[in-house]
Amino acid sequence: MERPLTQHIPDNGAALHLREYEAVGGYSALRKALRDMEPAQVSTLVKEANLKGRGGAGFATGMKWSFVPMNVPGPKYLIANADEMEPGTFKDRWLLEGNPHQLLEGMILASYAIQATDAFVFLRWAYKDAAREMRQAIADAYTAGYLGKNILGSDFSLEMQLHTGVGRYMCGEETALLNSLEGKRATPRAKPPFPQVSGLFGKPTIVNNVETLSWISHIVNNGEAWFKSLSHTADGGTKIYGVSGRVNKPGAWELPMGITMRELLEEHAGGMRNGYRFRGALPGGASTDFLTDAHLDVKMDFAGVAAAGSRLGTGTMVVLDDHTCPVGFVHNLEHFFAQESCGFCTPCREGLPWTEKILWSLENGTGEPSDLELLERHARLLGPGNTFCALAPGAMEPLQSALKYFREDFEQHIKEKKCPYAHHQH
Amino acid sequence: MLSAIEIEKISHELRHVPVKKAACIEALKIVQQERRWISDESVADIAAMLEMSTAEVDSVATFYNLIFRQPVGRHIILLCDSISCYVMGYTVLRQRLHEILLIGYGQTTADERFTLLPNACLGTCDHAPALMIDDDLYRDLQPADLEQILEKYH
Ligand SMILES: Cc1cc2nc3c(=O)[nH]c(=O)nc-3n(C[C@H](O)[C@H](O)[C@H](O)COP(=O)(O)O)c2cc1C
Ligand code: SF4
Ligand code: FES
Repeated sequence: MERPLTQHIPDNGAALHLREYEAVGGYSALRKALRDMEPAQVSTLVKEANLKGRGGAGFATGMKWSFVPMNVPGPKYLIANADEMEPGTFKDRWLLEGNPHQLLEGMILASYAIQATDAFVFLRWAYKDAAREMRQAIADAYTAGYLGKNILGSDFSLEMQLHTGVGRYMCGEETALLNSLEGKRATPRAKPPFPQVSGLFGKPTIVNNVETLSWISHIVNNGEAWFKSLSHTADGGTKIYGVSGRVNKPGAWELPMGITMRELLEEHAGGMRNGYRFRGALPGGASTDFLTDAHLDVKMDFAGVAAAGSRLGTGTMVVLDDHTCPVGFVHNLEHFFAQESCGFCTPCREGLPWTEKILWSLENGTGEPSDLELLERHARLLGPGNTFCALAPGAMEPLQSALKYFREDFEQHIKEKKCPYAHHQH
Repeated sequence: MLSAIEIEKISHELRHVPVKKAACIEALKIVQQERRWISDESVADIAAMLEMSTAEVDSVATFYNLIFRQPVGRHIILLCDSISCYVMGYTVLRQRLHEILLIGYGQTTADERFTLLPNACLGTCDHAPALMIDDDLYRDLQPADLEQILEKYH
């Protein structure tokens, strides 16, 4: 089983430094592209590989790049989204701390493809080790001539900066990220214009996830057929999957795209801990719909999880066990979303705190039978198309699916006027 | 008044941006690093240096979770209160921290040693529950571990 993204990361998680990275073929894709390929050929190759974005939405990367106008003078930007703040998600951390040059090489290649002049790593504040490794890697790449003026003697030049954030989930939303990089509040921008045309400081800009960009050097070196062959399904490549919650071996693994939920839970995460039963899971972070034990054979790729009524999202699964209250679980999620709402549009600013309040009333025994309908109304009214960005619709995904799959728990809270779970975890 | 060091560091940032305003977040980070928090006076000083209104600087300062507009202690405890840590029992850690430090969220100990804050997912969910103190991450925590960890910070 091939693990191109993580195979060289030492088991203790320490970073692969420049010399070690070069010793395993690092920067050979960059040499090859600058010597033998036109920028458009790099884009075409990524398009043919059908690489889909690993940041949550699964948008085709080559397609995204193709919207950048190529023959305009002036600055263009490439940004690695390393904000990773989706609760339950810890996959980009592994790549950032363990293989920083793989990300840099991918970013330089992506910048070459769109002819970017400047690149940024937008890193969340909490990732201190990643910040140290990235800073070192950028400095080493400059010294070695992989960054700066006339890279490897070519006529391509690129400047690279690390930006560390000051904490806000909305910084991960790509247009809000641009505002934050411009020193402003992280509120989203109206689209169109799309960032590919008018992004950072009004210039063409591409934002891609860390895991997405970490693929580029491998695709350039090995081609699209190889990329597709790594996967069990039509979505190519491997995927970094993760599991957290009451399983025997929580962790993250690079596995062929499209393994089943059952394989992930049982073979890799070691099954449920003794005395705990699986009730459901968010397959790809806090803003994805629950799946239950009826879905264990679902293939975890973009189409498979969507067909089961959820989203692959970030591919990092949070498990709900039978000792944890599903209402309390969803209350915790909605508390997060209400806190992180940027307040820019009314349904989200008002609706999320209200949702949180209703769930809290259920938990402390003051819920009313009409509350379930009220929650369902929120799930509809904060859904896709009614808010300015995807935060609120994402927040409604676990809520609407919990109301569907764990309805008897909600009803029991109202009937018994208390949370029936032993340790009321607030 | 901004110190000479602060002015030098902010000026350095200004060289990397096309408009002065764009250095606003960096300027807040720089001043906070020197003074632990951002006072009204600092907001006004930054505004003057970046040719912004104080309201504009304040709107940015108050937006971000980790820019502090109130005095804080020498060490910041950020307790993850997101979903995996919820499942794995962060509430027990919160309870224990309250007992040891006699403060709730948003409060600072009388000796100004610690400020306790909740924080969204720290991105280490396979090792939940977790917390950070300043730049240090602690994972797979048990309530009994806390006292010894806190000892390290003065
Ligand atoms: C509220 C919100 C938070 C997001 N946070 C992140 C994040 O931390 N990292 C990320 O890569 N994408 C995040 N996204 C998705 C980005 O907007 C964007 O789609 C992604 O970075 C594109 O990268 P990709 O095409 O490589 O997947 C977030 C989206 C929303 C709505
Ligand atoms: S949906 Fe929420 S986070 Fe998104 S713009 Fe509206 S208020 Fe802001
Ligand atoms: S939920 Fe606590 S570290 Fe992710």
